[in-house]
Amino acid sequence: MLRSLTTLYSLLTTVLAALLLVSCAKHDDGKATRDQATADNILLFGNSSEPPSLDPHLNTASNGNKIITALIEGLVTYHPSNDNLPEPGVAKSWTHVDSTIWTFQLREDARWSNGDPVTAHDFIYGYERMLHPDLGAKYAQLLYLLKNAQQFNEGALTDFSEVGAKAIDDHTLEITLEGPTPYFLGLIKHHSWHPVHPPTIEAAGGMTKPDSAWTRDNYVGNGPYRLKEWVISKIIKVEKNPLYWDKENVSINEIHFLPIDDINTEDQVFNSGGLHYQNTIPTHMFPIYEKNEDPYLRVEPWIGSYFYRVNVTEPHLADKRVRQALSLAINRRAITKRILKGAHFASQSITPNGIEGYQPPQCQDFNPKKARQLLAEAGYPNGEGFPTSILLFNSSEQHKQIAEAIQQMWLNILGVEFELRNQEWKTYLESQQNLDYAISRAAWIGDYVYPDTFLTMFRTGDGNNMTGWSNARYDKLITDSMKVSDSTKRLAMLHEAEEILMDEMPIIPIYHYARNYRIDPAVKGWYPKLTDNRNFKFISLEPDKRNSTSE
Amino acid sequence: MLTFILKRLGQAVPVLLAIYTITFFMIRLAPGGPFSDERKVAEHILERQMEYYGYNDPLIVQYGRTLLQHVKLDLPPLTSHIGLTAADIISESFPVSLELGLWAMAIALFLGVPAGVIAASRQNTWLDYTPMSLAMTGICLPTFVVGPILALIFGIWLRWTSVAGWASPVDRILPSLTLGLYYAAYIARLTRGGMLEILSSDFVRTARAKGATEFRAVVIHALRGGILPVISFLGPALAGLVTGSFVVETIFQVPGLGRHFVLAAVNRDHSLILSTVLFYASLIMLANLMVDVLQVLLNPKLRYK
Repeated sequence: MLRSLTTLYSLLTTVLAALLLVSCAKHDDGKATRDQATADNILLFGNSSEPPSLDPHLNTASNGNKIITALIEGLVTYHPSNDNLPEPGVAKSWTHVDSTIWTFQLREDARWSNGDPVTAHDFIYGYERMLHPDLGAKYAQLLYLLKNAQQFNEGALTDFSEVGAKAIDDHTLEITLEGPTPYFLGLIKHHSWHPVHPPTIEAAGGMTKPDSAWTRDNYVGNGPYRLKEWVISKIIKVEKNPLYWDKENVSINEIHFLPIDDINTEDQVFNSGGLHYQNTIPTHMFPIYEKNEDPYLRVEPWIGSYFYRVNVTEPHLADKRVRQALSLAINRRAITKRILKGAHFASQSITPNGIEGYQPPQCQDFNPKKARQLLAEAGYPNGEGFPTSILLFNSSEQHKQIAEAIQQMWLNILGVEFELRNQEWKTYLESQQNLDYAISRAAWIGDYVYPDTFLTMFRTGDGNNMTGWSNARYDKLITDSMKVSDSTKRLAMLHEAEEILMDEMPIIPIYHYARNYRIDPAVKGWYPKLTDNRNFKFISLEPDKRNSTSE
Repeated sequence: MLTFILKRLGQAVPVLLAIYTITFFMIRLAPGGPFSDERKVAEHILERQMEYYGYNDPLIVQYGRTLLQHVKLDLPPLTSHIGLTAADIISESFPVSLELGLWAMAIALFLGVPAGVIAASRQNTWLDYTPMSLAMTGICLPTFVVGPILALIFGIWLRWTSVAGWASPVDRILPSLTLGLYYAAYIARLTRGGMLEILSSDFVRTARAKGATEFRAVVIHALRGGILPVISFLGPALAGLVTGSFVVETIFQVPGLGRHFVLAAVNRDHSLILSTVLFYASLIMLANLMVDVLQVLLNPKLRYK
């Protein structure tokens, strides 16, 4: 009978459901994964996506940076709370002459994770590797401050001993820079300045092998943590390094970096208690968490800018009055309030706030009347005669919303028409580099806390200028500032340069980034950081008292 | 049978070559390269990278070299996972995709076939309408809608399962279910169609006339023929389940091959694209071959040809 079939079927279904329940019952012991991890002193860290490499000289991704900071230590490291300050790493002390010649005293008890001592020679080896033209490191430019580094990297100089880095003895390192660099200690926190263990690199194919697999097979580091497990796209586990010189002050036993690339999934994983730290909050969830006063939510200034590049080689955009008019017609506060829901801050400068001793100059704010007037002066009254132009952005819902809003503002206020063009990431990069756009969405995150990190790229011909803009006075101010050791004077020159930028407007600032993330209150020693870079050795986990009493 | 299998395997070679050729040239047409970055890479660095990864040779030389590397299974280095080759990626992530695919297939068959059989044997009653409407809904609802809903219900509200990950056995449930439900819907409709045709045929009537029970008539006599459309669907379905799980793998953070397949294209990792395409192509052909063999075994009409 058919009935027996249905009976058999429902029997099987019951068995399946029972199995499901049993396995779930095992899983759910009344505690979220996060609380268990806190008790085990394991930090569960949402880390956006799988890093392409954990090699300090080849990595270019911020998710890789976070892991490398745990695994390898440079001369100085990220200060627990203030990015304007250095925190001693392998170097225990340092002196400098005119912030050009720096001498670092290395601690004797610094060890590689295989027991070898960390010496000044390892740093020299690291610099040579990073700068060697055959390695082809994409971020080699970050080391160009070293005397003769650029010539060596470009192949004009082949003798590395002429580059400004010298090991006086095993524990004394002398670095000579091209010019005075007051922010040098902030710069060398970046992993491109980190040492590597020479025998390990040599064993994995040599110093200059561009696809060296040493990080995959045998990761020898000198940081507070060592690599425990690496399963591609699944998890990277690091554990306390027993040979680290300051191991007594390392609190967390293990950090699990989870490459969750879908932000909605990450949000759900956090909600279900699977993470201590949620790297990204979906735009549509932000206002909800904000309204509910979510206790985990953090909104903190970040050293990043969201702006529009203007292609000044387009005839109708060559006149600065047109560019000013476009900027004046953007209601930034409406964008940050209505589209971004307060997640980021409206900006009138490229350099964000928070850099010690630097108050960025502001471009003029929203002013429709003046915008129309300037456009008319430039020969396009009410937008007449202004050709329809391309507004380029990389495919993303939020970039699209912002572009649509600005497109409307420009049409309503100025009467100029823009056609939106969204492109997939790599295609967009290509279009932007080839100046195949009129206006292009752009973003920049600073590498260190100094205006240079934003301003040098707009020099004539800089690879990251990508606007076709050139201004002799600007170039001179930037270049001259690099020879000045007095910080106040130097910042004043950079200020003047940014004033030119904000008057000429080859770029239109829109907002300054905030870091939006969520974090469990069990994570202690976690402070707002302008660079969003932290050394995990200063972070600890403490079970929430209220939770444990209620259990 | 052996000659049949060998012949099919022989046919696979030109097909793979064609797939390789088309893919190789198509990915080169896409703008942007593996080394471009948000920050402009200096010309001399770009030059060095291009040279190391073999982009400076004439395209036809690159074509031949990469082909040879794939034939010898000595795969070129990847640009999006420094220090690895596609072999590392596939050997680590394919077992995950395979497991997910097999679980999903089991769920699809387990739900789909009985639902289809019941619907067919009780045609135009509520036992037919209910599962078929559900199946239609299942086909219409994309996995990226079903997945998060299941995660919300079972992972967040009920806390029975985790919402994502691939560590414990429980983590298998939601992704397999999401993927399986979609195919279950198809299989239910196919089974119903196949069964309706067979149930009205003479030999089933004869079986019934000879006093076979309803169960015997339906399950023993009719199902064997009625399931054939499902069997021919299984080949592409299995390949689809194993390869097309990108969305499910992303939603549930499953470290499978589907994600690498898509991300390789986003990152313009040409070696990884080529290797995964060829791998998938071989897999689909293998699955289809298996289905053909199975069909011959099940269908007496084909056996004596």
